[in-house]
Amino acid sequence: MTAAPVPQARLTAPGAARYRAARRARTVSLNGIALIIALVTLFPIFWMISTAFKPSQEIYSLTPSLLPTHPTLHNFSQVIGGQASGIGSIWLFFRNSLSVTLATVLIASLLSLLASVAVARFRFRFRSSFLIMLLIVQMIPGQALIIALFLDFNKLGLLQNLGGLVIVYAAQALPVSIWMLRNFVATVPKELEEAAAIDGASAPKIFWRILFPLVMPGLVATSIFSFITAYNEFIVALTFLGQAHSTYTLPIYVTYFFGRGGAHWGPIMAASTLYTIPVLVFFMIVRRRLVGGLVAGAVKG
Amino acid sequence: MADTVQRRRTLGPAGSRPARPPAAARPPQVRVADFIRRHKIAPYLLLAPALAGIALVLLWPLVQVVLYSFQNYGLPQLTGAAPVQWVGFANFTSTFADPEFVVALRNTVLFAVVIVPLTLVAGTLIGLLLNKLGRKMAAFVSAAALLAWATPPTAGAVLFYWLFNPDGGLVDWTLSKMPHWLVGSTNWAQYNWTTNGALQAYTVLLLLVLWTSFPFIAVTVLAGLKTIPAELYEAACIDGATRWRMFWRVTFPLMKPIFLVLLLLSVIWDFNIFNQAYLITGYPGNQNEYNLSLYMYDKAFGFPPSYGLGGALALIFAAIVLIVTVGYVRSSVRQGALT
Repeated sequence: MTAAPVPQARLTAPGAARYRAARRARTVSLNGIALIIALVTLFPIFWMISTAFKPSQEIYSLTPSLLPTHPTLHNFSQVIGGQASGIGSIWLFFRNSLSVTLATVLIASLLSLLASVAVARFRFRFRSSFLIMLLIVQMIPGQALIIALFLDFNKLGLLQNLGGLVIVYAAQALPVSIWMLRNFVATVPKELEEAAAIDGASAPKIFWRILFPLVMPGLVATSIFSFITAYNEFIVALTFLGQAHSTYTLPIYVTYFFGRGGAHWGPIMAASTLYTIPVLVFFMIVRRRLVGGLVAGAVKG
Repeated sequence: MADTVQRRRTLGPAGSRPARPPAAARPPQVRVADFIRRHKIAPYLLLAPALAGIALVLLWPLVQVVLYSFQNYGLPQLTGAAPVQWVGFANFTSTFADPEFVVALRNTVLFAVVIVPLTLVAGTLIGLLLNKLGRKMAAFVSAAALLAWATPPTAGAVLFYWLFNPDGGLVDWTLSKMPHWLVGSTNWAQYNWTTNGALQAYTVLLLLVLWTSFPFIAVTVLAGLKTIPAELYEAACIDGATRWRMFWRVTFPLMKPIFLVLLLLSVIWDFNIFNQAYLITGYPGNQNEYNLSLYMYDKAFGFPPSYGLGGALALIFAAIVLIVTVGYVRSSVRQGALT
């Protein structure tokens, strides 16, 4: 009992104050480092947007300023009007990208949902082989296949065609989508389906009425994945679309614009901004779900 | 689902299973359902569409690439002006004899050797930092990282090209304003990063790839850290362990599987860089700046196009990636990913 007051006394001693001060200093320095990291990370995006709003004499000025001193929408109007790139308004390419992406997401979601139910709900021969095949296939670099895909789609007459891109993107999204979705399907309690079966629901009905709504969060996560893959995809679109300017997707449009040379940094940054901002806004909205889903996949392998 | 339905029917309460009406009396839908159930083909039916897509767009082209790599497939063969001929290993021998190939291989390997440890260490440090920060600050830093990660590669590459541009680029201006003892006596004003040589171009590429790929590693490491029970650190603290020791004796062993997966994924990703390298080196620019992907693309689609040579390169490329992938699959299987 006599020992109890001693630590009490120690807490108020100068040592404790020093300890607390050291702790505060540590917290402050950690927050300082974190702030610097966050600002450095954000800076390139900030610079892209800032450049997009600058008139050209400010862009090439000898002393660059952080923010545009005379902000202008001229770069954006050139990009939207189509004068800057010479191959059309950015809306055309935005529409191309959006239709390719949405079609990819729809097809990939449906096919991977069906396949993930098979993998998560049934034990069958080749199940493990199929899963290992998925793991290996998702690792095949797109560059390794592009030659064969180019020659095949050339024979089919599907080059310079957005439908051709959709086929490739949907198939490429499948391995990862199935791999991710099967975890979501596995977490839906089997008892729910069994109860519905007792009540006389048919297998398709159980699928659409019970399983489908319950794996919706998983479908959203995999859709985000296939959306981003298709929205960003470069090498297939670059190779397939060739000189067919009107079929360009956004990344190929930005690349064409960039490769034309000449100092068009204002309009190029405006185009990049318009290409990037929708994704960034989208990601900020779906953030929680996305990080959870991605990490669940990565940590699990 | 068909499985569960069947089980319920056979184990159903009090033998309430109704006698089946003769096949002809049942509607065709029910007959199909019965057939599926009896032969247990439901999983194969569910799998078929996805499998067909994967087989046609991913597996079959892989087989074709193998075949092309032993053929003289080029433009005349594509247009039908000349027949396709088998050339044995000629595509491989001429590839290995090409000094440009050696340069491309060197660029790719050296780049991976630098960027992989760099992203892993930076990502891990930031993940550890995120774990120590307060809620608001952690949310801010991870939001910033998410934005960098989410920026489309094409936009990111064009943006970094602009940052490092000799005409009005911010990096050259900043370096030219810095004291000489810090940045050397190079004339940084109008310094050309992208056409000066492989080292300069790859420096830009390095920073770009670091910027886009550290967030994924940081967030994954953070998720891993959250799964480590606090008691372990308390115990280590009572035993008087330093932070350094705690990391190597508690955190690292527990997170080893995660680090292994991150390492393998990083190697594969950084080996595969095409999009950013294409833009930063200004393809078709200086051949000395090609990595394996660009070199392969150039052989296949440059002038004159040679799908045979490209196929041989794709095969060499895929073989290198496959070796790493085997490691990835093995570590996944060992972690019980197949259950």
